[in-house]
Amino acid sequence: MAYSDSRDADGALDTDVLIGGSVRDYVALLKPRVMSLVVFTAFVGMAVAPGGIDPVLGALALLAIAIGAGASGALNMWYDADIDRLMRRTMKRPVPAGRLERTDALAFGLPLAFGSVAFLGLATNIVAAGLLAFTIFFYVVVYTMWLKRSTPQNIVIGGAAGALPPVIGWAAVTGTVGIESLILFLIVFLWTPPHFWALSLYKREDYARAGVPMLPVVAGEASTKRHIFAYAIVLAAVAAIAPPLAGMASLLYTVVAGALGLVFVWLSWQVLRTPDGDTAHLAARRLFAFSLLYLFLLFAVILAEWGFSGLVA
Amino acid sequence: MTVMAADDDQGLRLTEAQKKRRRARSLALAGVLAALVVLFYVLTIARMGQNVVTPPM
Repeated sequence: MAYSDSRDADGALDTDVLIGGSVRDYVALLKPRVMSLVVFTAFVGMAVAPGGIDPVLGALALLAIAIGAGASGALNMWYDADIDRLMRRTMKRPVPAGRLERTDALAFGLPLAFGSVAFLGLATNIVAAGLLAFTIFFYVVVYTMWLKRSTPQNIVIGGAAGALPPVIGWAAVTGTVGIESLILFLIVFLWTPPHFWALSLYKREDYARAGVPMLPVVAGEASTKRHIFAYAIVLAAVAAIAPPLAGMASLLYTVVAGALGLVFVWLSWQVLRTPDGDTAHLAARRLFAFSLLYLFLLFAVILAEWGFSGLVA
Repeated sequence: MTVMAADDDQGLRLTEAQKKRRRARSLALAGVLAALVVLFYVLTIARMGQNVVTPPM
């Protein structure tokens, strides 16, 4: 069966397909860059949680969360291979580039998904494992299979999957879902749409070619820019005010988050002011790059203020 | 089917690059399996932890 699937037009065997991809290809399936953000936000959720956790179990929990995130990436690449092939941004991924079969990604992702959930349950508790299972399900089934191809609100709702890791981290320590972890969730949830809409402004052609109904494709650039600006204002306000109100951050955090929020809003304003049809999209590129730094710095300040207190059992 | 059998008889000749890739993947898989063994060992010890040092009465 594999042989007959691996012949080119002349009937010759394509040994490259038969031999399979390299280790690097399988690592790429895990979306390492996304994984690093997931691990960092989960770590912050774990660190700020009251009660503490054995450092070894904490490290194993982070590993399980990382593998779960990687499994989601692999399953995403399995399902989206058809549209990844059409987009410049994704066409070099292992499956659309032909270095791996779709079934390789599926066979790689499924065991990792089930294994990471089981391992997290064994290392910590059933609440954390359940949340990880829900996150993987939400990203793969709700976002990838359903929302992504059907609504311009895809990343708004789907963003919940990316926002859950700090809640998982918190649950790994406490066995519950606290208001503080939900605030961290809210920050990432509100951050996701302007982050991805900035990207989709300068990757609009890509999404249009693949038939993905991202906001710039469906509603146009002007509407997308207004959405980005509105979300930026809400995000900046919530991120600066909510953590101190919940007693999980100090005045120093408020000052830093406020300043970073002002930069975020200013960059969004620059995006809003850019005339439609501008092909360089410099403002959108700047906002996209800054949004990554913004989220990292917010969580880093929260982490520094809490002084790893949650990790000291 | 017969065509497949004929090809099978000829055998599959891999290039050096393909052999290297397959070897690297096999080593990586072995590494992952070994890591799993270590992980479950560490997990067990960490979970049992205190009870091993001072068994509950």
